[in-house]
Amino acid sequence: MTFELFIFYFLAGVACISGVMMITIKDPVKAALWLVLAFIATAGVWITAQAEFLGLVLILVYVGAVMVLFLFVVMMLDINLSIIKEGFTQYLPIGTMVVLSIAAMMYMVLGPENFGLEVTGAPVMHPADYSNTKAIGLQLYTVHAYAFILAAVLLLLGIVAAIALSLRRRPTGEVLYQDIDKQVKTQASDRFKMVKMKSEFEEPIKPKEEEDK
Amino acid sequence: MFDALQAFLSTFLFEWLAILITLVIQTVVVVLPIMLVVAWLTYAERKVIGFMQVRMGPNRVGPLGLLQPIADALKLMTKEVIFPDQANKYLFIIAPILALAPAVAAWAVIPFADGMVVADVNAGLLYILAVTSIIVYGTIVAGWASNSKYAFLGALRGSAQKISYEIAMGFALVTVLMIAGSMNLTDIVNGQQGGMLNWYLLPLLPMFFVYFISGLAETNRTPFDVIEGEAEIVAGFHVDYSGMTFGVFMLAEYAMMILISFMTAIMFLGGWLSPFEGIPFLETMFSWVPQLGWLAFKVSLLLFIFLWLRATFPRYRYDQLMRLGWKVLIPLTILWVFVVGAMKYFSFGPWFN
Repeated sequence: MTFELFIFYFLAGVACISGVMMITIKDPVKAALWLVLAFIATAGVWITAQAEFLGLVLILVYVGAVMVLFLFVVMMLDINLSIIKEGFTQYLPIGTMVVLSIAAMMYMVLGPENFGLEVTGAPVMHPADYSNTKAIGLQLYTVHAYAFILAAVLLLLGIVAAIALSLRRRPTGEVLYQDIDKQVKTQASDRFKMVKMKSEFEEPIKPKEEEDK
Repeated sequence: MFDALQAFLSTFLFEWLAILITLVIQTVVVVLPIMLVVAWLTYAERKVIGFMQVRMGPNRVGPLGLLQPIADALKLMTKEVIFPDQANKYLFIIAPILALAPAVAAWAVIPFADGMVVADVNAGLLYILAVTSIIVYGTIVAGWASNSKYAFLGALRGSAQKISYEIAMGFALVTVLMIAGSMNLTDIVNGQQGGMLNWYLLPLLPMFFVYFISGLAETNRTPFDVIEGEAEIVAGFHVDYSGMTFGVFMLAEYAMMILISFMTAIMFLGGWLSPFEGIPFLETMFSWVPQLGWLAFKVSLLLFIFLWLRATFPRYRYDQLMRLGWKVLIPLTILWVFVVGAMKYFSFGPWFN
């Protein structure tokens, strides 16, 4: 067994185990964390397949950003697990059928007759100075330029829609808004006023004996 | 050097064992000095801030207090690790590891001098960005596993802050790779050869500041340390950590500080290149300085700025912090991507030839 093969089996094993753990574990936060581990292991497998750009972007985008926001939401939810599991036996037959049909379809597409070296051919071993980033970039920006731009516009639309949906401006007066520009431009003279005044003088309290006299 | 070692080992060992042993030795050779620098960086921080505030700083353990970091480490290691009631024990232990591991793993692609790098990979810049983006899990898992409201608030603040500033950081890196035409860190440094004017500092001056400010936010240093916010949430995500688990968080923070300084030095300040390159008299006068020496000098300067800022600035208010990230830094970086594109199109200056 070569070292590369060892790393591949290790990462693949981690990916499989964490995938199974993700769907079987009850706590949603832990499930999300197992999914993160599955992503990282998959990224490692991609990197061993010399697709380092895809692997690193998978970590950067999914692990570093998407899953953090996911966790963010899941952690703040106070989920009552018993309510979710209420209809488990009721839906079990339909659920089993759906699972079996999906598994059958996956077998038809991903089964052994569609994969293997005799079908796909031996993987191309690139030299050490081969840049996966450059190869993908050339394809994206030349051959698939229009599809790429279209995807970018679609994502932008998603951003705009999300902001438009969540933006909520209430009339001034109902809530106090902060005018940051105003705050930043504040000078000391706006907040602090020097006032000239005569010094206060407190009359000394007369000793008690004098009052008595 | 390590190839020779691996070849020597594989003469009498299994091949995979030889590779594994070589990898472990490489890791130790890189990580051990970094951990030592981390230890004395904490000392330097206390000393520098001490002098800025007209105090002595640590001066009891050893000459000039130089052994203070060792005393601190011993104290942290011998202290009891307390598990909060109803905390999730596994995640509670894993969180500091999640914080430290990426901060150490990122060093794999950092070149210390020409050819002195563990893994000279093509996508070095992307690797750094990807690996450092995992660090946020240390914070968020720690905050959640502690089963404490203060810790959770700190974790939420921290993760939102880190994700926001990562975008600005990523765009700053995009401008660097546009100008260098490579994501390999060694190539990036070699592209800056030919004196101080050829460094990427000048064409990317705004990006230098953006990167450094984002670095401050990524490492939770003042003025961006709302994640710890002593005055409001006690110590943020690590309130419930004690002993060495707390120590590991500190290690991660300082290792990240050094990493950010290294990255800034490599991308904008010419890395290991001498600043006097091309100047007739000074170049020969400073030719004895090794490459690592120049890099270390630049890095210590940047680290000093980290400490200096801590002694100077008060903490940002949270909404202003988010405003700075999203409404100032990110638009600026996007603008600068176009400026660099224009500079490249017109072959501007010595940087695009």
